[in-house]
Amino acid sequence: MSNSKILANGVDVYYGSKQALFGISMDIKEKEVTALIGPSGCGKSTFLRCINRMNDLIEICKVSGSIKVDNEEIISEKTDVVSLRSKIGMVFQKPNPFPKSIFDNVAYGPTIHGLVDSKNELEEIVHSSLKKAGLFDEVKDRLNEPGTSLSGGQQQRLCIARAIAVNPEIILMDEPCSALDPIATAIIEELIDELRLNYTIIIVTHSMQQAARVSQKTCFFHLGELIETGETNKIFTNPDNTKTQDYITGRFG
Amino acid sequence: MFFWSLVLIAVGIFSSFIYGRSRIKLNSKKQGTKSKSLPNYYAQYVLMWCLFPALIVYFSWAIFQEQIIQNIVISNFEFIEGAVYNEGLLLAEIRNVANNPSFADGKSIEIINAASHYSSLRQISQISFYTSIIIIMLLGALYASQKLKPEFHAQHTIEKYIQYILIFCSSVAIFTTIGIVFSLIFESLRFFAEVSIFEFLFSTEWYPFIPIREGQTAAEGSFGAVPIFAGTFLVMVVAMCVAVPLGLLTAIYLAEYASQRVRKIVKPLLEILAGIPTIVYGFFAFVSVAPFVKAFGQSIGIDASPTSALAAGMVMGVMIIPFISSLSDDVINSVPQSLREASLGIGANKAETIKKVILPAALPGIVGAFLLAISRAIGETMIVVVAAGTAPNLTGNPFENVTTVTVQIVVALIGDQEFDNPRTLSAFALGLVLFVITLLLNIIALQIVKRYRERYE
Ligand SMILES: Nc1ncnc2c1ncn2[C@@H]1O[C@H](COP(=O)(O)OP(=O)(O)OP(=O)(O)O)[C@@H](O)[C@H]1O
Ligand SMILES: [Mg+2]
Repeated sequence: MSNSKILANGVDVYYGSKQALFGISMDIKEKEVTALIGPSGCGKSTFLRCINRMNDLIEICKVSGSIKVDNEEIISEKTDVVSLRSKIGMVFQKPNPFPKSIFDNVAYGPTIHGLVDSKNELEEIVHSSLKKAGLFDEVKDRLNEPGTSLSGGQQQRLCIARAIAVNPEIILMDEPCSALDPIATAIIEELIDELRLNYTIIIVTHSMQQAARVSQKTCFFHLGELIETGETNKIFTNPDNTKTQDYITGRFG
Repeated sequence: MFFWSLVLIAVGIFSSFIYGRSRIKLNSKKQGTKSKSLPNYYAQYVLMWCLFPALIVYFSWAIFQEQIIQNIVISNFEFIEGAVYNEGLLLAEIRNVANNPSFADGKSIEIINAASHYSSLRQISQISFYTSIIIIMLLGALYASQKLKPEFHAQHTIEKYIQYILIFCSSVAIFTTIGIVFSLIFESLRFFAEVSIFEFLFSTEWYPFIPIREGQTAAEGSFGAVPIFAGTFLVMVVAMCVAVPLGLLTAIYLAEYASQRVRKIVKPLLEILAGIPTIVYGFFAFVSVAPFVKAFGQSIGIDASPTSALAAGMVMGVMIIPFISSLSDDVINSVPQSLREASLGIGANKAETIKKVILPAALPGIVGAFLLAISRAIGETMIVVVAAGTAPNLTGNPFENVTTVTVQIVVALIGDQEFDNPRTLSAFALGLVLFVITLLLNIIALQIVKRYRERYE
């Protein structure tokens, strides 16, 4: 239990008067891929967005309970949200590159965090991030073209590069492949497998196969509750809960 | 006369509707079949045939009657040889006598005869007006009632008529606009026949004082509009200096920082600001701001005049704040939320996100908002009339009196209404310049805003 990276305890989330999450407790290990699965509207994104406090952007959203990242409480008035978010990168369902050049998209994070002192250093970070995201070879000749001119799969990898450019420890991915075709999806899944060596990854997905392929741990959500969590192999072959069984065999959801 | 004819038409509308309704019911009962449309549609059909021809007659009478009667009276007038007549005065005299017999005292016999001729013509006209309205309404209803068969699709026909009516209504606005543009152009051409277009656009002397009547002495007028354009530009620049920062910061606050509750209160308040009549801003500029500007100028050793470009521009700036803030707020709001999340998700704070992501993304739309505000500022009249002065000064000093295009149009039109001299005609040339500039600004601005919208839709 020593290497637990994120420790959630009794997390409740309300949107106005409507409760979206009910007492979620979860233990996420370092340098593992954890998949969150469950039917639409069960609160996967909501939970994911608690971890980097993205729910702060939604005025009516109230979060209570405890989430500890590296043993530090983050559901608190005192949390430094900016440094929390620079430690936790996020990749969204729809690729959302800035309407800037490919280079500037990746350079954005390092620049605002003052991670670099010189142009050369910045260039180095941008190139290495693009390489880690497996995009460098495809775009190295057109780093000054707008990021929005790339294909959907390339845009998503650009967003991953943008996220890892600030050297985070955790990467949150909310259905990163739902807007992509099978080939682009395969590339990103491969990428996730590589990134696992250096990052703790939490991925929301609707595809059982994807969860089975990329994750070590799987958490099954249903109607705002965490029903079952465990080794991915076990969840997909021999789940304890009948609801989990029903969901992964496609009987509902 | 026209009041009672309205009553007559109203009666016609009412009875034709009732008639149409009962008639179709009767007809379908007689044939034993159900009518294709609801009875009300047949009633409306009869009503339209009763109403519209009558309206056409009504309006042609209203437009042409007086003219025709006057022509007949004048052409039958027993002119005395050798005497000089002014037709307008003569007609006025005849009308006076006709309307009020006590004026007849001391008038010549020809006038009195003409007046009684005039009265009798009016009487004839009135009688024939009523008769023709009634006949037209009856004919219309008669034509329509022939169609009142159950198998007639009244509803389709009505919908077609309604479409014609809508087209007519919208074309009224379009034709009016076209008419205004053409009148601007033709009157400006008359102006440029007397004043060279190069003098107007490039010369710097604006003294539009020319002898209006014979015997009046005045220098030869000169029509170089450069000081006017410069004044307009100066006031506009001052206004934008006030409105751009305030409006843009307001928009950023509203779109990015304000809570829903604050937004709900502040936005309507700003829109009220946009609804204040501009003459009220004018008072404010003249009574409060101009003296303040004068005092301020004196305190820093500049001799400020009681009305100044600065006073007018500052108040105009306040006036256009709501334009800029409201449009920019819309533009900033339409920057997708996903870009905000992307930036904040990397650990940027709010200010960085706004400065580096949101404003650059929204920039084209914001520029469009600025251009619309500029065109509004150039076209604004009341504030500058009251607070900027009327002296055509070619100056860059905002503490001085300046004048703007709109003010000079007002000045040119006040007093003398005969459009036969360059002084009054200059109003049209200035108006044309104003029209072309604002039109261009609006087209560019709308194009920018539209392109920007498409990008994010
Ligand atoms: N901004 C919001 N305002 C109000 N309610 C919300 C908001 N976002 C989510 N909810 C509610 O919270 C619940 C959980 O939503 P969430 O987006 O977390 O589901 P999800 O599991 O990610 O679904 P999906 O797989 O479709 O993305 C839903 O019932 C939803 O209606
Ligand atoms: Mg979701």
